[in-house]
Amino acid sequence: MTAVEDRPTTEAPEREVGKARRRKEDARLITGRTTWTDNMVLPGMLHLAVVRSPVAHAKISSIDTSVAQEAPGVVAVLTGRDVADEQGSIPCAWPVTPDMVNPGHPSIAVDEVNHVGEAVAVIVARSKAAAQDAVELVDVDYDLLPAVLDMEEATGQDPDLCHDHLESNRSFHFVFDGGEAGTGADTDQVFADAEVVVSRRFVQQRLIPAFMEPRSVVVQPQGDNYTMWSSTQVPHILRIMLAMVTGVPEHKLRVVAPDVGGGFGGKLQVTPEEVISLLVARRLGKPVKWTETRSESLMTAHHGRDQIQYIDIASDREGNVKGLRCRILADMGAYLRLVSPGVPVLGAFMFNGIYKFDAYRFECDGVFTNKTPTDAYRGAGRPEATFAIERIMDELAVELGMDPLELRRKNWIKAEEFPFTTVAGMTYDSGDYETATQQALELLGYDELRAEQQRRRESNDPVQLGIGFSTFTEMCGLAPSRVLGSLSYGAGGWEHAAIRMLPTGKVEVVTGSTPHGQGHETAWSQLVADRLGVPFEDVEVLHGDTSVAPRGLDTYGSRSLVVGGAAVVNAAEKVVAKARRVAAHLLEASEDDLDYTGGKFSVRGTPGSEVSIQEIALATFAAHNFPEGVEPSIDADATFDPENFSFPHGTHVCAMEVDTETGMVKIRKYACVDDVGTIVNPLIVEGQVHGGLAQGIAQALFEEAVYDADGNLTTGTFVDYLVPSAADLPHFDTGNTVHEAPGNPIGAKGVGEAGCIASTPAVVNAALDAVRHLGVRDIRMPLTPERVWRALHDGGDGGDRATAGTNAYGGAQTETTAGVSTPQSALGGDR
Amino acid sequence: MTQINVRVDGVTYTDDVEPRTLLVHYLREQLGKVGTVIGCDTSNCGACTVHLDGSAVKSCTVLAVQADGGEVTTIEGLAPQGSLHPVQKAFHEMHGLQCGYCTPGMIMASVDLLKENPDPSDTEVREGIEGNLCRCTGYQNIVRAVQQAAGEMRGATNGHVSAADVDIAAAPHVVGQS
Amino acid sequence: MIPAAFEYARPTTVDEALQAIAAGGDDVKVLAGGQSLIPVMRLRLAAPETVVDLGRVAELRGVRDDGDAIVIGAMTTHHDVMTDPLVQQYAPLIAEATETVADRQVRARGTFGGALVHADPAGDLPAVALALDAEFVIAGLEGRRTVSAGEFFVDYLTTAVEEGELLVEIRVPKLAGEWGMRYEKFNRVAQAWSIVAVAAVVRRENGHIAEARIGLTNMGSTPLRATAVEAALAGAQASPETIAAAARSAAEGTSPSSDLNAQADYREHLAQVLTRRAVTAAAGL
Repeated sequence: MTAVEDRPTTEAPEREVGKARRRKEDARLITGRTTWTDNMVLPGMLHLAVVRSPVAHAKISSIDTSVAQEAPGVVAVLTGRDVADEQGSIPCAWPVTPDMVNPGHPSIAVDEVNHVGEAVAVIVARSKAAAQDAVELVDVDYDLLPAVLDMEEATGQDPDLCHDHLESNRSFHFVFDGGEAGTGADTDQVFADAEVVVSRRFVQQRLIPAFMEPRSVVVQPQGDNYTMWSSTQVPHILRIMLAMVTGVPEHKLRVVAPDVGGGFGGKLQVTPEEVISLLVARRLGKPVKWTETRSESLMTAHHGRDQIQYIDIASDREGNVKGLRCRILADMGAYLRLVSPGVPVLGAFMFNGIYKFDAYRFECDGVFTNKTPTDAYRGAGRPEATFAIERIMDELAVELGMDPLELRRKNWIKAEEFPFTTVAGMTYDSGDYETATQQALELLGYDELRAEQQRRRESNDPVQLGIGFSTFTEMCGLAPSRVLGSLSYGAGGWEHAAIRMLPTGKVEVVTGSTPHGQGHETAWSQLVADRLGVPFEDVEVLHGDTSVAPRGLDTYGSRSLVVGGAAVVNAAEKVVAKARRVAAHLLEASEDDLDYTGGKFSVRGTPGSEVSIQEIALATFAAHNFPEGVEPSIDADATFDPENFSFPHGTHVCAMEVDTETGMVKIRKYACVDDVGTIVNPLIVEGQVHGGLAQGIAQALFEEAVYDADGNLTTGTFVDYLVPSAADLPHFDTGNTVHEAPGNPIGAKGVGEAGCIASTPAVVNAALDAVRHLGVRDIRMPLTPERVWRALHDGGDGGDRATAGTNAYGGAQTETTAGVSTPQSALGGDR
Repeated sequence: MTQINVRVDGVTYTDDVEPRTLLVHYLREQLGKVGTVIGCDTSNCGACTVHLDGSAVKSCTVLAVQADGGEVTTIEGLAPQGSLHPVQKAFHEMHGLQCGYCTPGMIMASVDLLKENPDPSDTEVREGIEGNLCRCTGYQNIVRAVQQAAGEMRGATNGHVSAADVDIAAAPHVVGQS
Repeated sequence: MIPAAFEYARPTTVDEALQAIAAGGDDVKVLAGGQSLIPVMRLRLAAPETVVDLGRVAELRGVRDDGDAIVIGAMTTHHDVMTDPLVQQYAPLIAEATETVADRQVRARGTFGGALVHADPAGDLPAVALALDAEFVIAGLEGRRTVSAGEFFVDYLTTAVEEGELLVEIRVPKLAGEWGMRYEKFNRVAQAWSIVAVAAVVRRENGHIAEARIGLTNMGSTPLRATAVEAALAGAQASPETIAAAARSAAEGTSPSSDLNAQADYREHLAQVLTRRAVTAAAGL
């Protein structure tokens, strides 16, 4: 037992905030008593299976569903044509420019398919097996069209078109220019005057969020009401959007996110399958369930990242940075999803990182390709930006012959300069980059590793060592509604909370921020226990059901604690204020003479006269003896809309071994010190950092969604899409500095995305540091051993990978809807 | 349909199943043992791990008919109702889970590992659970949890290791990795 | 995903199994441990008419001493092979390579024979069997026959086991003299298949390499022997320089595939590096 858990016997209970409370959520999760959506069984429930396009781009010339209709157990087969009038378009809530082109996104394709895996029909059957069997019986004829797969070609001369009814493959052209915005100097002038300019092209490969729980939807019709259970991060947004898309009135629709097994942005979506499930339930009047397979998930749940970045940095010879110019191609995939265009635009304000530039210009083209749509994935725009700036700072250091950390130190915002308004117009709230960096270096054992690096170089060791940095910040706490409005986002960024004081003194906290692994039930209990002075155990946190938590904007963008937690705290303050009036009445004292500590009101200077919040709750329930003219309730709700983002920061340092004979890279040591503001629960914070690191490192080393020349996703199973296991990741040495965020009553900055945003460039910089003396200038992510070897032996960035999947499982690459049978081993077969 | 007799979490069941029914589907859909979940189609993620006749297996890669006559333990039967197995306790204590989807499989694999190696090093834990994917935790607290449970199960004088102690004791996994 | 429906047979003897295979129609799959077969059936890359489950054929399990060889039953699980004292004594290379196969759950179900008869070029055990000059006993309705490892692996996912036949056991000769062995596996994540791997078996005599047998994993559609390296090493001095020089011909005669993890030329390069490392370790240097 750690010391912090021992309750002291003093009068005032120990502060909950800051305690390493073990999570309340765990009890059900470690015993298998969890409520996953796919666990649900309802009387008469029908099962859906989706027939998906095996081709990337084609006109649908005909669909024959007659055989499937007659198959055993099949109740109905619906095509896009069957629902064309009622399915609307999957919504895009973020038109980032007034002239943004949105081609429209049917849930089931009607005339044309635009990516492999797009839904072309849905089977409704009495069992999952029957539905699956019938998928193979739907006969679809496709007239193939050329597939647009490469963003640079798609925006070059005379490209093929992803959508042939559009004029180009460009969805939007977004520009932020510091000179025009008045936040910086004229970028062209700064570059013209610069002594040193370094330009690079970086590739942010396409990733797949790969949450562990496959998506699942259950819809139950009850008269003209519908309840949808969905494995979603955003039940509130989903409800609004489903109402808009399908015409089911919002008040007739209840959306529940039960236990949700991870999201990472991947379940921040309104999916075709959710719309289809609702349409089928409405049409048939029966409960329906759709649960995806992993192959379906990898192929059709939205992807993330996928940018080509052209970055120019200008500085003087002494290493004072002057200007930054970013031109980005951002792959939208075939359609615009909920916030697809907003992802790169979120990054627009972060490319300058923690450095003081005079001038900054960002422009981004959103590009259509015949691939799965992209959207939010952990960090959403900020990892891309952080990668670019932290990589180009290293490249500039090399150009200048400077130590990469010295270059950073020379240019970063000093602790005494906060709050600091950047060239991108953001006002960074608080922090101390120097202290975090010093601590990280100590955690790593920096000097010793540098000495070892030197020894390995001198002895020409086949295994070389490198050290890479990422001194990052991010904008969190999405988001001030006014800022979202200025960026044309379709909703606000507030969050809602309500607190109900039950007659027995227990407390219900309702939050609009819907968790999927973050530990809201625990952290919110800690917040409320402190503010109300009630025991941690007496607080129950309710969430994830639009009829229980009617107002909310859900969980993404490291916003839960910063925005949602702030709403909880404010609601608690309101409860105390209401209770104070009741207490004054019961104690026959003036409100001004009351102290509130440890859950009790007492009259200042009158020992023994006190009343607890629990007693007040009971008195309120009875309402027998209540102050005149006061309604008998001390419940309260609050909506918090932040005025600014919060800006966590940190220094991440990676030591990397590179086997120059094979190209294999291996993390030797990883240390990071993050400043996420006030820490409510250190266990949860550490866990979030660990998980973020794993995903950020995985981008650097393992993961990539690869398409072949026909637009098939080659990495269509976990055999080829490499989510790392425990054996593939190092131990992490983590630490924190704490500079409170001034923008919310908790002082928290947000931690969910930090590790993921920061780690990727640290890892790549480390690998390059190991082999730069051998002539390597860049290695494209993920740093496969082959790429590292090619960069060492052939120069360049390691080049394209072959697109064929592994020959494992006899070439099981992409699950197509047809269930292709291929010649297998003679007999038997074991791995 | 083929008739099977299986003992699951201490209860004997006789059921007719289609031969193609996967053990995990039998557990979830016919027995309501929904604590065991499905995370992939290719036997990579380990979310569906249960014990079959005393060994950890991926129940999505076993046919229900193959379990005929066998004994299955799922996360729901790992400890008597109302109590926790030391590995379950340690996952809670060490914050070895976040969303919890991989957790049942991760716990079942860890229990199997500890049966064979009661005092695994950091590296041995990591390799021992290489067949289970977690997307939330970065595994570090899972490794701590398994080591803490190992200590408790060995009856070490202080089986209750604090997170900080384990952290220091745990060698970076790169040491000794080939 | 759910496999397509199939007929299911569960024999208890080899004879019953052969009859079930014969009676099973055009497309019969034999289910050993199922650790590759069930996933491909779930993905519906395979949809057999009949599945013959060998799980109850007790005679196919276990390892026995047979004089100059140890005999491993085809249905012996990876776990049981790894921990078997005979295997550890006479063919530690098999134990070493089997430990690298997939993960503990898969090794609890997957079988030695199943892995060999699947003949996945990326699978670890075929190259090991080849390097150890194992012999394969195949049963058919007409009786049993034995083929050498060299004859057993015919093509991609194809072995000498004909339709209607079963692999029943694998004879691994006991090695006489001072032998060293090493399986050098290269992959990107722990549970992945080999990108390339090298199985080296080396007999040392007076500071020389008397004999070397080198099996290559995933350097072609079947496991291969690095014959040029073997020839260069035979009788050579056991020195790092000699081994390095010999290993340079490791890719001779191979035809590796190109995929996500490696293109052919990189596989050829890896074969050389890994051969050098494997032989060096096997030679005790």
